[in-house]
Amino acid sequence: MSDHTHGAGSAGPSHRAVETGVGIGMAVFALIVIAGSIKAGIGWGAEGPKAGFFPFYVGLIILVCSIVNVVQVRTERSRGDLFADWGQIRQVLAVVIPSTIYVAVVPWTGIYFASAALIGFFMRRLGNYAWSLILPIAIGVPLAFFIVFERWFLVPLPKGPIEAWLGY
Amino acid sequence: MIEDFSSLFHGFGVAMQPFNIGVMFLGIILGVLIGVLPGLGGANGVAILLPLTFSMSPTSAIIMLSCIYWGALFGGAITSVLFNIPGEPWSVATTFDGHPMAQKGQAGEALTAAFTSSFVGALFAVIMITLVAPLVASFALRFGPPEQFSVYFLAFCSFVGMSKEPPFKTVAAMFVGFALAAVGLDSITGQLRLTFGFESLLNGFDFLIAVIGLFGIGEILLTMEEGLSFKGRSAGINAKVVWETWKRLPRYWMTSLRSCIIGCWMGVSPAGATPASFMSYGIAKRTSRNGANFGKGEIEGVVAPETAAHAAGTAALLPMLSLGVPGSPTAAVLLGGLLIWGLQPGPLLFVEQKEFVWGLIASMYLGNIVGLIVVLTCVPLFAAILRIPFSIIAPIILVICAIGAYTVHNSVFDVMLMMVFGVLGYLLKKCNYPLAPMVLAIVLGDKAEENFRQSLLASQGKLGIFFSNALVSTIMTLGLIALFWPLISNGLARLRTRTAA
Repeated sequence: MSDHTHGAGSAGPSHRAVETGVGIGMAVFALIVIAGSIKAGIGWGAEGPKAGFFPFYVGLIILVCSIVNVVQVRTERSRGDLFADWGQIRQVLAVVIPSTIYVAVVPWTGIYFASAALIGFFMRRLGNYAWSLILPIAIGVPLAFFIVFERWFLVPLPKGPIEAWLGY
Repeated sequence: MIEDFSSLFHGFGVAMQPFNIGVMFLGIILGVLIGVLPGLGGANGVAILLPLTFSMSPTSAIIMLSCIYWGALFGGAITSVLFNIPGEPWSVATTFDGHPMAQKGQAGEALTAAFTSSFVGALFAVIMITLVAPLVASFALRFGPPEQFSVYFLAFCSFVGMSKEPPFKTVAAMFVGFALAAVGLDSITGQLRLTFGFESLLNGFDFLIAVIGLFGIGEILLTMEEGLSFKGRSAGINAKVVWETWKRLPRYWMTSLRSCIIGCWMGVSPAGATPASFMSYGIAKRTSRNGANFGKGEIEGVVAPETAAHAAGTAALLPMLSLGVPGSPTAAVLLGGLLIWGLQPGPLLFVEQKEFVWGLIASMYLGNIVGLIVVLTCVPLFAAILRIPFSIIAPIILVICAIGAYTVHNSVFDVMLMMVFGVLGYLLKKCNYPLAPMVLAIVLGDKAEENFRQSLLASQGKLGIFFSNALVSTIMTLGLIALFWPLISNGLARLRTRTAA
């Protein structure tokens, strides 16, 4: 994973910029942790150290580390490494966006319908398969999960209006 | 000692029950599948399947989960040899000689060597666990909070010192894990903290969700970015090939033994299977008579990393069982499972849950035999699964991850959280932040904090309690040495060159 794409010929966000962003993100996270810990109390109480005592120092260490990381990235000579080129990022987003929509609609549609839609979408968009192959897999896989989970293991998964209409 | 052996035989009785044997086969097959598919590693696979075992008895459940783990260890070799794609990080070193062998038409030999070496490594580590674990546990029974904390301290320090990622990134990732573990109800005061009024955060972040997101979704995103397509060699493995290879293997007993020892050592300290496999490969290359042929398809180059990886993967369960400190992310997930079943891993387990512990250890012997049989006979089947295009397998893996995340607490919020962890895992991995220490910190955070605070309570807030007796100071000092090991070894190397010059 350590050999990053080199800048020649392709374009994309630089490794440096992303790494700085991640470092700053961690620092912000650390500040939130510190603020929350102070609210919970970082001193000494009746039962010894208060609830915020441990996370306060944890936050402090994250803050220090992320500052060191950001400073290291900014001061070392840039080799023009790319984080990823735009084509690769498009590939990643092609998974992230549909999956995010998928997890967002699961509470409303139930997991089976959403899964069928997700598998169908992937096969159509990324694989360019014919519907005659897509439909059996997109419907068959969630159906198999239904049998395994609801019937064999008796683990109920989220269900929506379609399952209700079918009587579950 | 004698008593332990009778317990072990009793354990074999438990593990040999027909239901448990069936569970073993199921676990191994699922495990190999997990090891073969991208995005479903050992830790992640065990995390997803954990909720399914809630209806079983703890012994059957842990047998199934540990067999999934063995299966994943075996499975990584298949992708390495046939497809030049390491299914798991610890099988990277196996690709160096395994794939060239497959290209020369010796895929069957390479796979047989890999599986057999895995088996030997695991067997060696299990024997070590059988002999050493009860001793460690009875020794650790005397541990109080400061000693217990010092063991955690040692584990986390070793992570920083042995990590090949920059130390500040390792520490940052680890402490993000600690912070995430701290969210929710404080176990000592019963007070809420870091929830900022969000009700969904009352119970904190479950490490299972983090594991599924970080390792599962994150891995799919990485695979997607690399845009990889599977083009593999076909595997011809039959009884004759297996027999011929087995006749050649005893020649490499020295490499094998050395790799077993490296694996056990690296597995017990939380360095884990991946560095063990590289180290073992490197040493074998330097010492072997055929060293120059390494990388061109030398069977010894398959034996060394596979033996070490499997020995390390198995040895990682020793500190998990006897001290409650897991040696690898997968061991951490197994530990989480034990906690969910109400079993507290650690020295007391050997006293209070004898049947469970010895049943598990017995199942390690049997599980690896079952594993060897399954992988030797089913390679073509697993290779065929790998040929399913990624655009079909990826959404199915996503769905499996989502179901796994949901079933942990029957909460759809967890499914969304998993997605967040997934994107986070992708970003962190790309920026060279190691994920294993983060997961370990999420799992152990509460325990480490509890012991830390109880120690401070006893000492009225003085840190001196961590150096108050010989035992605790030794462990703490070892921890500090591990933490600064890169600096120390650098200094030693410089000293040596100076005296040489």
